[in-house]
Amino acid sequence: MYHYNAFDRAFVAERSAQFRAQVERRIDGSLTEKEFKPLRLMNGLYLQLHAYMLRVAIPYGTLNSAQMLQLAMIAERWDKGYGHFTTRQNIQYNWPKLRDVPDILDALAEVGLHAIQTSGNTIRNVTADHFAGAAADEVADPRPMAELIRQWSTDHPEFQFLPRKFKIAVTGSPNDRAVTAAHDIGLRIISRGGDIGYCVLVGGGLGRTPMIGKVLADFVPEADVLPYLESIVAVYNLLGRRDNKYKARIKITVHETGIDEIRRLVEREFTARKVAFTGIDQEWLAGIRAQFAPPVFERDAAAAFNATYAAQPAFRAFVDTNVAEHRQPGYAIVSISLKSHGATPGDATAAQMRVMADLAKTYAHDELRISHEQNVILPHVPKRHLATIHAALHRADLATANIGLISDIIACPGMDYCALATARSIPIAQEIATRFEALKVEHDVGPLKIKISGCINACGHHHVGHIGILGLDRAGAENYQITLGGDGTEDAVIGARAGPGFGAREIVPAVERLVFAYLDLRTSPEETFLDTYRRLGMAPFKAALYGRGEASVNAA
Amino acid sequence: MPRPFTPKVVTASALLEGDVVYMTPDNRWSRYLAEAEVIEYEPHAQIRLLDAEMQPDQVVGPYLADVRFGANGPEPAHFREAFRMKGPSNYAHGKQEQA
Repeated sequence: MYHYNAFDRAFVAERSAQFRAQVERRIDGSLTEKEFKPLRLMNGLYLQLHAYMLRVAIPYGTLNSAQMLQLAMIAERWDKGYGHFTTRQNIQYNWPKLRDVPDILDALAEVGLHAIQTSGNTIRNVTADHFAGAAADEVADPRPMAELIRQWSTDHPEFQFLPRKFKIAVTGSPNDRAVTAAHDIGLRIISRGGDIGYCVLVGGGLGRTPMIGKVLADFVPEADVLPYLESIVAVYNLLGRRDNKYKARIKITVHETGIDEIRRLVEREFTARKVAFTGIDQEWLAGIRAQFAPPVFERDAAAAFNATYAAQPAFRAFVDTNVAEHRQPGYAIVSISLKSHGATPGDATAAQMRVMADLAKTYAHDELRISHEQNVILPHVPKRHLATIHAALHRADLATANIGLISDIIACPGMDYCALATARSIPIAQEIATRFEALKVEHDVGPLKIKISGCINACGHHHVGHIGILGLDRAGAENYQITLGGDGTEDAVIGARAGPGFGAREIVPAVERLVFAYLDLRTSPEETFLDTYRRLGMAPFKAALYGRGEASVNAA
Repeated sequence: MPRPFTPKVVTASALLEGDVVYMTPDNRWSRYLAEAEVIEYEPHAQIRLLDAEMQPDQVVGPYLADVRFGANGPEPAHFREAFRMKGPSNYAHGKQEQA
């Protein structure tokens, strides 16, 4: 993985020192809140419902054990002993005090992390497939390009005041685990006749106007990617609307301007900008790529795995659900669920972070990933260590075998923490998980993605949930709308609204009715919820939710 | 007929901790809604909000929040304010921790 060089270290240290002085000047009254707010947001510091919140970037979700240990130390020393991993592969601390934040930033800098551009109308943390460099289906590791984009976009002088925030995701696999179609720019690495190139999607996004990204260029050679990205952002920077923040994202620009006109403008811009790229970016990329060389894989990595798998049912269940195929024979990818039934999705205690860090360092080539689904991944695990890892995870309440199942729910912080939220998300997720655990049908139901957002901004990706739940304030009460049929993969689809919303007490029974309707409707256990929905459409699910012809009965 | 004025309190976030605070009748900032000044007259509410905005060394983002009268003084009129008064529902953190 990438390690900071002297330039990176000096840059981050300088930014931290600047922020320390800014905090001092805010506290002594030299800066008003109006002056200070953009400065703190540039450093990832929000003011939320109960406290400040610090959002720390985890570039493309990749961490080593030292970084994870530092995140644990910060959680314990300056927060309440835990951190919240988010759908943008970041970590958020919910309780820092203003005076402590400069010290936290210094602690982050010690391990090559920062909170720069985790807020504001800038290019945000670049996200990537959490199985990058390990997935069996991968064309190429997306992280070298993601790191190049991070370096290019960090403090890019032209792009510090964009019309609105700007999110880029990169995948190197045909199975899109990075939701690239729901980003301002999505990059998909593809191979054409042996040549590596990038399919560039633009104008995707969720929020109040959800849109699936459109293909702007189907094959951009690697050497052209950075000038091409710069051209897109430059076109958007001039064309994007600044009169209305709800219409300021590039998805609206693309929608209003038309993809063909955007393509023409980008290509004209590209011609001019390409000449300024003298090849230095490609030299940098080669240097970065060398740092992402695969680990030295061991031989006979699977020794004794099959015998243990056959002998231990709990271990077998964990492997069947939480372990994915690795590109290297004898290796596996382990997904550690941060969704034990009834827990807060995405939260990990400092002790749990230390367990995961120690496992990565001892058994798994010192690498961890944060997934946009709010779980932690050990990407390179010799299968012979899986049983030991499972036992250690079990002791730390981290061995829940539910990856991709109904209780593996994405939930934004919602109104328990977020100042923008219109309703709570976390208790709904907790209740759904505990309800289906009690019913003991989770494994029978099979793959089912529930995603919950506590407001229309859709941080919980509800539009691309097979079952999406959106929490709203309706006449002074929490109310939850259901969408069905969303899909965040390479075949991305925005879910359709099922009908009127449900009150906080009615939403979990409504989800239960949906799931039992699916069990009745499916042709076989192999037909997933999403398959069944696609085959039958909304009608039978709507009937399960509202009763036939009684769509208004449950309306709150 | 103008709509009757809903009683209000001035609330904000404390500058150093970000904690929810309420303005008291004697110009302090209290962590407890029970100690808040309940304002029943709109012009007075605007004046008290201006008073709060003059204290940027202590608080951030003051605003007027609706309350109603309960057995123990003012109570939040909206669930958002109820969460602010108590803390998050997933952990006993925030004000419920200090209570």
